[in-house]
Amino acid sequence: MWEYTDKVRDHFLHPRNVGELADANAVGEVGSLACGDALKLFLKINDAGVIEDASFQTFGCASAIASSSVLTELLKGKTVEEARALTNKDIAEYLGGLPKEKMHCSVMGQEALEAALADYLGEKAPAHEPEGELVCKCFGVYEGQIRRAVRENGLTTVEEVTDFTKAGGGCGDCLEKLKAILDDELGRAVPEAPAPEPAPAKALTNLERMRRVTRVMDEEIRPNLKKDGGDIELVDIDGKTVLVSLRGACKGCPVSNVTLTEFVQKRLQELVEPDITVREAGK
Amino acid sequence: MNPVYLDNNATTMVAPEVVEAMLPYLGQWYGNPSSMHSFGGHVGTKLKEARADVAGVLGCAPEEIIFTSCGSESDNTAILSALAANPDKRHLVTTRVEHPAVLSLARHLEEKDYEVTSLGVDEKGRLDLDELARAIRKDTALVSVMYANNETGTIFPIPEIAALCKARGVLFHTDAVQAVGKVDIDLSKLPVDMLALSGHKLHAPKGVGVLYVRRGTPFRPFLIGGHQERGRRAGTENTAGIIALAAAMKLAKANIAAENTRVRALRDRLESGILASVPDTIVNGDTEHRLPNTASIAFKYVEGEAILLMLDQFGICASSGSACTSGSLEPSHVLRAMGVPFTFAHGSIRFSLSRYTSEADVGLVLETLPGVIDTLRRMSPFREDSPPKACMC
Repeated sequence: MWEYTDKVRDHFLHPRNVGELADANAVGEVGSLACGDALKLFLKINDAGVIEDASFQTFGCASAIASSSVLTELLKGKTVEEARALTNKDIAEYLGGLPKEKMHCSVMGQEALEAALADYLGEKAPAHEPEGELVCKCFGVYEGQIRRAVRENGLTTVEEVTDFTKAGGGCGDCLEKLKAILDDELGRAVPEAPAPEPAPAKALTNLERMRRVTRVMDEEIRPNLKKDGGDIELVDIDGKTVLVSLRGACKGCPVSNVTLTEFVQKRLQELVEPDITVREAGK
Repeated sequence: MNPVYLDNNATTMVAPEVVEAMLPYLGQWYGNPSSMHSFGGHVGTKLKEARADVAGVLGCAPEEIIFTSCGSESDNTAILSALAANPDKRHLVTTRVEHPAVLSLARHLEEKDYEVTSLGVDEKGRLDLDELARAIRKDTALVSVMYANNETGTIFPIPEIAALCKARGVLFHTDAVQAVGKVDIDLSKLPVDMLALSGHKLHAPKGVGVLYVRRGTPFRPFLIGGHQERGRRAGTENTAGIIALAAAMKLAKANIAAENTRVRALRDRLESGILASVPDTIVNGDTEHRLPNTASIAFKYVEGEAILLMLDQFGICASSGSACTSGSLEPSHVLRAMGVPFTFAHGSIRFSLSRYTSEADVGLVLETLPGVIDTLRRMSPFREDSPPKACMC
């Protein structure tokens, strides 16, 4: 059982300002069904630049709902400038704290607010144009988001980065990268990243091919598909033909053929062998 | 307030008859069963009776029963024993849907240079037995497959798997923690080599479990110390717990057919009632081969932890396979292995009933749940007319 404060329970069980706002002139949307939480924030900002009304729709756990509710309460009556200064810490503090594993819920609130303000000012929403490289492929977290969470919340460990941003909470492939970003932010020495293995020029043995295919599937392809609610299973490797079975959202998806040739096969050709082909098992 | 307790796959109430059976051994009869004096000797006699009772319920010999502290200890002991007894065999076959007592140990063994084949399941959570047969190799030390899955209640074809392993000459262990008490198991007919069970899942207290080891199975102890359990598990016996476990197993066995029929009817009423009153809802798992007490139900567009906490306000206890409840960020490994779409996986709730579940309990859930789901769906930005962002596939 989570140790939620009375404030969190109150805002979860009696959320304020739920639903769409018909005359909203700023909307910010972050998260997705696949990630397990999503928030759509609606703001009505008047000509004087004051937030007259705010509402939300949230898919997520109790702390996500409570964070959204509090965010709308905090925003009402604030000017756009004042709203810009609001951070995830304000949301968490207002709630009397959140369990550390749930801090990302408050970060989601801050990101939705930024997206809504960008929408109002006619800028491109930051969520769509994030800074830096995509670091966590499972949850779609970019380098810029990670650096900011580290700075604004004084994070010092990779686990904290995961608690606040969700990055690294899925397959775990990006943990090394998170460590490097964290070290860089904290002014520690950054160890040099090993160069990616290029596709080998000479012919592979069956055993080598199998190992490489399995690795690329597990480390590169599956995390990417999972990000969109899909998944893939390696069924068999017959010579240079890789047999797979689609799972999750990919299953029955009308354009799954495109995924197989343009993504799965292409990545395997790049990283394993140029003449590898991918087929769906049983087809 | 008495809760409406529908979380019996997590733990169960200790049966009043069981409390009664164990109480004297927490009170006046505190002697050590290994002592020479008759005060301890009395406890030793009761321990012997309990062992015979447990063996009688399972259809095996008393010498084949090792009392442990829990299901996890039993599973760990079985797997580590099989590997220690076969040092030249470095391969293990298991499934992707096991309890962490097996799954985490398998991951740990992989780090120690054992090779593990983890079999996948189909969308209903079923194994492919041909795949299992193909996975067995010359250097396979053990096959470990759970009897029934804790999250979905799916029952695996253990008799077939046991026969297959026997024919191939490989040791077979089953984690039967969720099955014992709900599935009638007769080890005189079922050729498994090792079987794990846990007291608190069948109305005995926490802190007691059993590892069955078929006579002739090579065995290496996990806990080393005293002579207890014929040297196979050191440590002074949890006498009250063991006596309670024996009482609980006899109680379950005596009423298994009638209770299963009653509990299944309640579960089916709950499940069909929910499906009829809440749109966009699916049942996870293999409804044909399933524990009679378990219903894993997934609600589209809402998140499991939020459902549980709202149900909690009405005194209803259930559990969830969603990410948020476990502290991890992804839905349960079982639902992911089954390929349950994310739209549903995050909103999966497990209701697990017991012989103490009443019609009124089910009635309260049927009355309460539609409103809870509706409240949360109204809060959610997703719904049928606004499908989630197109995926890359």
